[in-house]
Amino acid sequence: MDPTVIDLSRLQFALTALYHFLFVPLTLGLSFMLFIMESVYVMTGRQVWRQVTRFWGKIFGINFVLGVATGLTMEFQFGTNWSYFSHYAGDIFGAPLAIEGLMAFFLEATFVGLMFFGWDRLSKLGHLIVTFMVALGTNLSALWILIANGWMQNPVGATFNPETMRMEVSDFSVVLFNPVAQAKFVHTVSAGYVIASVLVLGVSAFWLLKGRWVPVARRSMTVAAAFGLASSLSVVVLGDESGYALTDNQKMKLAAIEAAWHTSPAPAGLTIFGVPSMATHETRYEVKVPWVLGLIATRSLSGTVTGMSELVLQAQERIGSGQIAYAAVQTLKANPNDLTARAAFEAHKRDMGYALLLKRYVADPAAATPAQVEKAAWDTVPSVPLLFWSFRVMAAIGFAMIALFAIAFALCSLRMHLNARWFLKLAVIAIPLPWISTELGWVVAEMGRQPWAIDGVLPTFLASSSLTPAALLTTIAGFTLLYGALAVVEVRLILATIRHGPVEHEVEADASIDAPTVSQPLVA
Amino acid sequence: MFDYELLRLIWWALLGVLLIGFALTDGFDLGVAALLPFVAKSDTERRMVINTVGPTWEGNQVWFILGGGAIFAAWPFVYAASFSGFYLAMFVVLSALILRPVGFKYRSKRPDPAWRSRWDWALFVGGLVPALVFGVAVGNVLTGAPFRLDGDLRVFYDGSFLALFSPFALVAGLLSVAMLVLHGSAWLSIKTERGPVQDRAVSFGFVAGILALVLFALGGLMVARMPGFELVGAVETGAPSNPLHSTSQMVAGGWLANFARYPWMVIAPALGFAGTILALIGIRSRSGVLAFGGSSAAVTGIIATVGCAMFPFILPSSIDPHSSLTVWNASSSERTLGIMLFCVVVFLPMVLAYTAWAYRVMFGRVTTQAVNTSPDFY
Repeated sequence: MDPTVIDLSRLQFALTALYHFLFVPLTLGLSFMLFIMESVYVMTGRQVWRQVTRFWGKIFGINFVLGVATGLTMEFQFGTNWSYFSHYAGDIFGAPLAIEGLMAFFLEATFVGLMFFGWDRLSKLGHLIVTFMVALGTNLSALWILIANGWMQNPVGATFNPETMRMEVSDFSVVLFNPVAQAKFVHTVSAGYVIASVLVLGVSAFWLLKGRWVPVARRSMTVAAAFGLASSLSVVVLGDESGYALTDNQKMKLAAIEAAWHTSPAPAGLTIFGVPSMATHETRYEVKVPWVLGLIATRSLSGTVTGMSELVLQAQERIGSGQIAYAAVQTLKANPNDLTARAAFEAHKRDMGYALLLKRYVADPAAATPAQVEKAAWDTVPSVPLLFWSFRVMAAIGFAMIALFAIAFALCSLRMHLNARWFLKLAVIAIPLPWISTELGWVVAEMGRQPWAIDGVLPTFLASSSLTPAALLTTIAGFTLLYGALAVVEVRLILATIRHGPVEHEVEADASIDAPTVSQPLVA
Repeated sequence: MFDYELLRLIWWALLGVLLIGFALTDGFDLGVAALLPFVAKSDTERRMVINTVGPTWEGNQVWFILGGGAIFAAWPFVYAASFSGFYLAMFVVLSALILRPVGFKYRSKRPDPAWRSRWDWALFVGGLVPALVFGVAVGNVLTGAPFRLDGDLRVFYDGSFLALFSPFALVAGLLSVAMLVLHGSAWLSIKTERGPVQDRAVSFGFVAGILALVLFALGGLMVARMPGFELVGAVETGAPSNPLHSTSQMVAGGWLANFARYPWMVIAPALGFAGTILALIGIRSRSGVLAFGGSSAAVTGIIATVGCAMFPFILPSSIDPHSSLTVWNASSSERTLGIMLFCVVVFLPMVLAYTAWAYRVMFGRVTTQAVNTSPDFY
C-alpha cells in the first residue's frame, strides 16, 4: 500500500468525522432538552415555555441539517476510502450501520419534519410525543454507531473465515452487548448533553447580561443548569476508561494516555504533567500523584497498570503466533481441505492480525526477520505525546464543566442567577470548551487505537481503498471548501438567530421592517 | 429456517425494494429540486415548491442512507467495490446531496434575494446532479466496471472518472433525470394549488415523460446490442462468498436472456412503459393522482427492469472474469443475512406506518396563503 494514500485517507476521515461531530452532540443533547422544555409547556400551559421550546427548536434545526448533511459522507466513506476494511469487517460492522438507519435514523428524520411543521397540525400532546421521538431517534442512532465503533475497539463475537478472507459474525448478541460499546455510548451521549447544556446556559447568560428576553433566558438557564450538572457528572464518572482493562490494545491505549512506559508497582501514580518522548521511551519533567491512577484504572489498590514495554513484549509473542496463522491461511487458500493447516489456523487465528503488522516491512509475514518482528511490535504503541495531552485537556475541561454546572445549579436554586454577573460572563466564555473536549475525546479514542483499524485484527495501513493521491487530494480539497463555507454560514445563522431572540412569528414580521427587502417574513 | 440460497435471494429482492423505495420517495424530492428554478419564478412561488417537500424530504432521504447501510451489511463486496471504484462520482453525488438539507433549511432564513437565489441554484444542483449520476452509475453497472480482486480479495480499479460517461451511461443518466423530473412534477401537481406553478410543473412533466419513454426504449435497444454477462460452469448458490471461485463471461445481448428464461420478468419493463404513459395521461387530464400513481409505477418498473435483466449479477467486472459480483458470491454470511432479515421484518413495517402517518398529518395542497402566513414554513 502507498503510504501517501493511507495518510491522505486518514486525514480525510479525521477531517470529515471531526467536522461531523461538531454538530452531532448538540443534536443529541438539544433534542432531549427540547423535550424537557416542551413537557413543561404541555404540563403548565404557559406560553413562555412554548416560546422557549420554539426558540431552541430553531437553533436545533440549523444545527441538525448540518449533522445530517455531513453524516451522508460518513455513511459512504467506509466504502469509498476504506474498501478493504469494508470487505474485511462488513459482515459485522455493516449490520449496526444498517440497523441505525432502519430503527433510529428513520424515526429521527421522519419525526423531525413533523416537529417543525406540525405545531398547528398536531395536538399539544401529539407534538410533544413527536419531539420525544426525535430525541429517542437521535440517541438510538448514537447507540448503533457506537456499537459499530466499539467493535473496532474491541472486536468481539467474530472470527476470521479463510474461505471468504474476512471476519464473520459468530455471536451477534456479544457484538451488541460489547462492554466497550456500552461505555462509549453512555460517555458520548452524556458529552452531547453537556454541549447542549453549555450552549443553552451560555446564550441565556448572554441575554441576561444584556437584559434582553429575561423571561425566556432565566427559564432556559434553569433547565440547562440541572440537565448540565447531571450530564457533566455522568460524562466523567461514566467515562469510557472503564473498558480499558479489557484487551491488550485497550491496555496499550491506557498506558499511552498515562505515558506509562513500564509497569509500576500497584497502586500506580497518576502523571499530571510530563513531556513524553517516543524516541527514548521515557517521560521527562514528570509530576505524579501517588495511587490515583491505580484507583481510577483498576478500581482497586492491588491491580497494576501494564506498561508499554511489557505490552510490546506481549505483542511480539502474538506476532510470532500470528505468523503461524497467516502461513496456515495461505495453505488453506490453495487447499481448503488441508487438515494440518486448518488445525494450525484454529490454534493461532486469534493472533493473525498481529502478523499483518509485518506487511509494512515484508510482503510475506511468515518470512519476517526477528528485527522486523521487533519493529512491528513497537508499532503497536500509538503516539504517546498526542494521547497524553489530548486526554489531559479533555479531562480538565470535563472537570471544569462539573464546576461550572455546580455553580449554575447552586445559583439557580438560590435564585441568584440573574445578578451574578461574573458567573454570566464565565458561562458565555465557556461555550466553546466542551466542543474542544469532545473532539479531543475522539482523538484519544481513534488515535489511541492505532496502528489498528480493527483492534488486533486489521492494521490501518491495510484497510484503505486502492486510490490515487490525486483523487484523494481532490476530495480533501473539495470537502474542505464545502465544509468550510457551510461552517461560516451556519455559525452566522446561529448568531443571527440568537441576536434576533425568541420572538414569535407576528412580532418577527414587525421586527424585519428595518431590513431592506420585506417581501417575506423572516421565518424558520 | 431459511437456507443460504433463499436468504441471498430475499436480500437481492430487498436491495431492489430499498432502491425503489429511495427512488419513489426521495426521487420526487430530487425532481422537485431540479425543477425549482424553472417552475417557480417569484419568491412566494419558490417557497411554495420547497414547502411541498419541506416536512418529508428528511425522512425520504433516509432511504438513501439505509440503502448504503444495507448494502454494507448484506453485500459488503458490493459496498467495497462500487463506492471505491466510482470514487469521484460518489464525491460529486455526496457534495450535491449535502447542499440539499442545508439549502432547504437555510434558504428562507434571510430575506436577501441574492442569498435566496444562491440557495435555489444549490437546491437545483442538489436535485439534478444526484439524479444524473445515479443513472450514469446504473449504466456503468450494466456495462460492467473495470475492477479486479486479488488473492486477498482487495479491490483494484482501473477506470477513470471521465470514462464513466460512455454514450450508454449517458442515456441511462438522462433516463434517470427524466424519470425523476416526471415524478417530481407529478408530486407538484398533487401538492400545489392550481395556478402558474402547477401549470409550469405539468408542462415540464409532460416533456420529461415523453423523454423518459424515448430514453427507456433507446436504452433497451442499446442493451440488446451490447454485451451482457453470464456465469460459466456449475453455479454454487449456497457456497461461502468468494467471487474468485466463480467465472463469468460476456455474451452479446446477454442482458436480455433472463426475459426469455423467465417470461414473467417482462412485467417490469411493461410496468415502466405503462406507468409512464399513465403519468402522461394523468398530466394531460390534470389528474394529479393518476399522474403520481403513473410516475410511481414507472419508477418501479424501470428500476426493476435493470435488476431483472442483470440477475444474478450485481456488479460485473469488465476486465476480470473471476471478479464479477453476483447474488451467489458477494453476500454477507448466512448468519448476518438472517439477523438483518429479522431486523427488516420487525422495523420496516414500523417505518412504513409512521411515515404514512407523517404524510397524513401533512396532507393537502400547499397554498400561497399558507406560505405567506404560516410561521412553520421554510
